[in-house]
Amino acid sequence: MRQLRFDKLGAIIAALALGGAFIAPFATFRANRIVAGEVKSVIDAVPAAWSVALLGIVVCAVIVALVRSPAYLRLAAAFVALAALALGIGVAATHLTPEANTYARVSPASGFWIMLFAFGLLAADALTRLRPAPFVRIVVLAVVLAFASAILLAGAWDGLSILKEYASRVDTFWAEGRRHVTLALGSLVAAIVVGIPLGVLCHRVTRLRDGLLGVLNAIQTIPSIALFGILIAPLGWIAVNVPGAAAIGIRGIGVAPAFVALFLYSLLPVVANTVVGLAGVPRDANDAARGIGMTDWQRLVGIEFPLAFPVILTGIRIVLVQNIGLATIAALIGGGGFGVFVFQGVGQTAMDLVLLGAVPTVVLAFAAAIVLDAVIEMATPNTRQAEAA
Amino acid sequence: MIEIENITKRYGESTVVDDVSLTIAPRTVTVVVGTSGSGKTTLLRMVNRLVEPTSGAIRLDGEDNRSLPGYELRRRIGYAIQGHGLFPHRTVAENIATVPTLLGWERARIDAKVEELLSLFQLDPAAFGPRFPHELSGGQQQRVGVARALAAEPKVLLMDEPFGALDPIIRAKAQDDLLAIQKHFQTTIILVTHDMEEAFHLADRIAVMDKGKVVQYATPTEMLLKPATPFVESLIGAGERPYRLLAIAPVSSAVEPGHAEGVAISSAASQREALAELLWSGRDALPVADPDGAVIGKVSLEGLAKRAAGPT
Repeated sequence: MRQLRFDKLGAIIAALALGGAFIAPFATFRANRIVAGEVKSVIDAVPAAWSVALLGIVVCAVIVALVRSPAYLRLAAAFVALAALALGIGVAATHLTPEANTYARVSPASGFWIMLFAFGLLAADALTRLRPAPFVRIVVLAVVLAFASAILLAGAWDGLSILKEYASRVDTFWAEGRRHVTLALGSLVAAIVVGIPLGVLCHRVTRLRDGLLGVLNAIQTIPSIALFGILIAPLGWIAVNVPGAAAIGIRGIGVAPAFVALFLYSLLPVVANTVVGLAGVPRDANDAARGIGMTDWQRLVGIEFPLAFPVILTGIRIVLVQNIGLATIAALIGGGGFGVFVFQGVGQTAMDLVLLGAVPTVVLAFAAAIVLDAVIEMATPNTRQAEAA
Repeated sequence: MIEIENITKRYGESTVVDDVSLTIAPRTVTVVVGTSGSGKTTLLRMVNRLVEPTSGAIRLDGEDNRSLPGYELRRRIGYAIQGHGLFPHRTVAENIATVPTLLGWERARIDAKVEELLSLFQLDPAAFGPRFPHELSGGQQQRVGVARALAAEPKVLLMDEPFGALDPIIRAKAQDDLLAIQKHFQTTIILVTHDMEEAFHLADRIAVMDKGKVVQYATPTEMLLKPATPFVESLIGAGERPYRLLAIAPVSSAVEPGHAEGVAISSAASQREALAELLWSGRDALPVADPDGAVIGKVSLEGLAKRAAGPT
């Protein structure tokens, strides 16, 4: 008879999920956005039929996680449970909010977050075991995002506090979002345009390499808030003394110092990865390229660059994810971005407002990481040198 | 014809190549032998100006090799190195097409050349052309490396330990293939190696280098009979001399009139192979057959022993 075997990670997931479902509260109800709230368990938070369905799905998913089951089954169970959680929290918001009350706030409580984490872990573990092709990973990401968008557009989450904060800031939300993406991507593009040639230069001129990488390393260690502060004086001076600088938006505070700081932070990963990538090009290939008559430029474009590309792309991935997160701090010096909501929320002790800034930032960074990882894998040809015979 | 005239290369204080002069006849194979650090690779790399000499001149068919920009010169000279140096992100066909593409050949001419070379190197163009280098065996990679070096039909081919990464059986085959290719294209080859066996097998003339200088430049036979210095003698190996002497001459030049019993040996085989066969089968003489199979005489233990004797 086949013995049931248990999965170690599954046991942890099961403990977390069951604790989240039966012990911790599912949702928090507050009479208005500032006061302390009262917590509700799953059974209190959603109508009876929903609580039976939700708890049933959680228990089933926990069983799948606990025993050694095929990876695709685990992935399906995780996604079903996550979808049930997503719908359930929306139902809880509608269920708990009294009719026509616009002050009351419902938000997810610890139990929801714990279950989200547990099933997120289950999904990630299953995906790791399935080793999907890069393209498939992007499709999975797109499906998850489409599902979340569908819930949002259908209005199923409209009762949640974070969306009530959104509703009162629709215009600024998208404006700050655009600014956030512009800051993160713009500084990345500038860092690529400057950093890759610098990396090539460092690769060719050994003496320059140690000095430049040392400087960039030092910049990387400056805390971001301090760097913003350091930049205020020189950029302020430029705005006053360089004709036309103020006209294109250069000022001591605002977007300019945020952009410059993000750009400076981005340089090290781009330059360092360009240097490492170029150094990793097989010596033989380089020697042969010169020996059969390629010019330095042809060798750089035709041989060194394509072979170093995956490593350079890894640097770009680091920068993009790092910038999406760091751009939040730009709000401190008037640079805008999702950070605006985070700092406003902290100032008003309104956690929902903090989440309105934090959640899109996390989603953006997460999506960027998945997409670029997939692109890196697709760009890495199987170029292992065969073992010398 | 390649004329190397008083060529010297110094790196700071150390002289890597010291006042070397060599004249290399067209359509021959010249092997430069030496221990590591003898300057042989540097000498080779000065021919296509991967290394610029400190002083001296190199002329190819009377033309100074500095009359062209380095990269244009190198497109006219084949270059093959140990570990082949194939571009890992390009297919076999693209690798071979590199120099013709740089030279701006037409697509059809390039494709025809790639196909011709792959067939010549016993690689099926349809099967191997689209593959990537890491999908080939070491011997196949090496052949593609040489094919790439020959793609633009250079008159001169430089080879730096081209067979160094191959196992002995594949290496012997690769050496024979190289000689056949050299006859086919009438290429002038300069090959650098530290393997004396390889030098004697391939060379029309051997240049022995030691500490940056050419200590002897001679045909294999001359070198065996009259080694110029004790260094050359030790490089050849005292115990190997008679066998090497037999190895570089064919049986056809040792045929004696008369009759012998047993299976005949081909007149194209080396005398060393004949000796080995005599010793192994315990006979005094073997019949010799010409390439058509007709017996033309015999080769004897006594006769070979005389030929293996050094000058007295």
